[in-house]
Amino acid sequence: MASITDGALAETKPKGPLVYRQAILTRVTHWVWAIAMFFLLLSGLQIWNAHPALYIGQQSGFAFDNAILRIGAENTDAGPRGFTTLFGQKFDTTGVLGMSGSATQPNFVGFPDWATIPSFRDLATGRVVHFFFVWVFLGAIAIWLVSSLFNGHLWRDVILKPRDLRDLPRDIWDHLRFRFHHGRTYTPLQKVAYFGVFFILFPLIILTGLTMSPTMDAGWPWLVDVFGGRQTARTIHFVVMLLLVLFFVVHIVMVLLAGPINELRSMITGYYRTSPDTEPDTRSLHPASLPLEGRERGRGWFGDRRQTPTPSPSPQGGGGPATQAQEGEKSNG
Amino acid sequence: MAELILNRRRLIGLGAASGASLVLAGCDQFDFLGQRSDPVRNFLERANQLTYAAQRALVGDQALAREFAESEIRQGQRPNGSTDPRSNVPEYSDLAATDFANYKLSITGLVETPKQYSLAELRNMPSRTQITRHDCVEGWSCIAKWTGVPLSRLLDEARVKRAAKFVVYHCYDMMGGGLSPPVPYYESSDLIDAFHPQTIAAYGLNGGALPIENGAPMRIRIERALGYKQPKYVHTIELVDGFSQYGLGQGGYWEDNGYDWYGGI
Repeated sequence: MASITDGALAETKPKGPLVYRQAILTRVTHWVWAIAMFFLLLSGLQIWNAHPALYIGQQSGFAFDNAILRIGAENTDAGPRGFTTLFGQKFDTTGVLGMSGSATQPNFVGFPDWATIPSFRDLATGRVVHFFFVWVFLGAIAIWLVSSLFNGHLWRDVILKPRDLRDLPRDIWDHLRFRFHHGRTYTPLQKVAYFGVFFILFPLIILTGLTMSPTMDAGWPWLVDVFGGRQTARTIHFVVMLLLVLFFVVHIVMVLLAGPINELRSMITGYYRTSPDTEPDTRSLHPASLPLEGRERGRGWFGDRRQTPTPSPSPQGGGGPATQAQEGEKSNG
Repeated sequence: MAELILNRRRLIGLGAASGASLVLAGCDQFDFLGQRSDPVRNFLERANQLTYAAQRALVGDQALAREFAESEIRQGQRPNGSTDPRSNVPEYSDLAATDFANYKLSITGLVETPKQYSLAELRNMPSRTQITRHDCVEGWSCIAKWTGVPLSRLLDEARVKRAAKFVVYHCYDMMGGGLSPPVPYYESSDLIDAFHPQTIAAYGLNGGALPIENGAPMRIRIERALGYKQPKYVHTIELVDGFSQYGLGQGGYWEDNGYDWYGGI
């Protein structure tokens, strides 16, 4: 039935089985993060605008220079201009950084009004918004971590295994040629990306955020030592923010390239149309304990609790070599 | 089934479209959050209570802020906020003219024996000197050496009553102006911060007398809180069971302007 409704969109394309790929809590936490990080980013830039400079060390140099980034406005012969100084290199960033707004109503501010919440300068409100969504963000992480441990998502899709590292170069090469494999689990490159976000960037941005708290520094003095000072922690917090923005951009580009309808469907309904070579589930008599595709038979730490609907027959009979699948996928790229 | 999937598609499209418009339209649609009485903002503000409770639970009441070596003092303490109340507070101007010889610090409110101390008396009491990092809410930090009387000693001499829950610090400097009349700066803390071993009534900075730009003759150091919780030009320390009767009732000048009362992060 599903193939009839989907037919209009892709009737010429051979299709693999429709699998239930994302558990409900994976989807809910995904969208909660999307909202929380939107507000965290824009309120964070508001907070940063209160002192648009980044330093290395314990303190901010006013009588000495330990700044690596500074954004501001200066008067020049041609009138005021916005400048960004990065590692001693000065760039004219008028219009975006340091000075934005219109010619008649210039806005002398680090990040422009469209990038902050609220749009006008309001550190107090930026902090209210930021610290509220910090709790939302942390709550989503806690729920995701526990549910992913139990539903197998963490082991299946995020934890990097030796095999993933071995297959990584080939997966990168496939991605460079826009040949995306839609399997039951994530590809090695996907795992690297999500592993990096969940186990490197998220812990880093949380801990550097805590290091900026004078109370937490008293309670957990190791925070200051680990990050080499409160101002270094603030700088790392900012850099990790940039990396998360980069992740977001790549994430959106990949969704668009890999098929936005299918990708969005999997993150809303949980169902995902796999590539034609994806092995159909032959053991659907026992939907509660379905094995993953051949190479991922490990059950994870707490077993795999996904349920998979009756698969639609794969035109290639399933399990075909990867080259066949790529022929079928070329129309995507 | 077909209908269901079509609906899902429509839902997906709707979600994508609204998400995109949210980003493209910029963020002035969240400007209402800047209004201090907005109910949504007031809801978001409740997270500050959670942060306060969480940090008090995670961090021991006696846990000390880091103290640094002399070599870490690489610059003067950066002045911020009020830097010279002589310009608009005649009473303060008079005190400053005689180098604060007539200054009195009052301990009042919910205490058994209200006290008054001159600057000389404070200087003759056992002192504490600490090199600590001052963290401004704006994001910068500055390391300096502070000398003063542990506030716990002053509070113990005045004998705090059981009913007291907070300490309000009243200051000479007047804030604001412009459209609204100027109001005196004030701050407040809980008793944990007030009795913390590093909380001092500081009259010395980097080995000298506390300069006017940094809060002469005396400012309170609450080392585990942000800069706006370190009131300058303090003349009265009042023990209270609530601070709703002061200013706009939020516990401090900046709190009345939308900042969180706790100020620990």
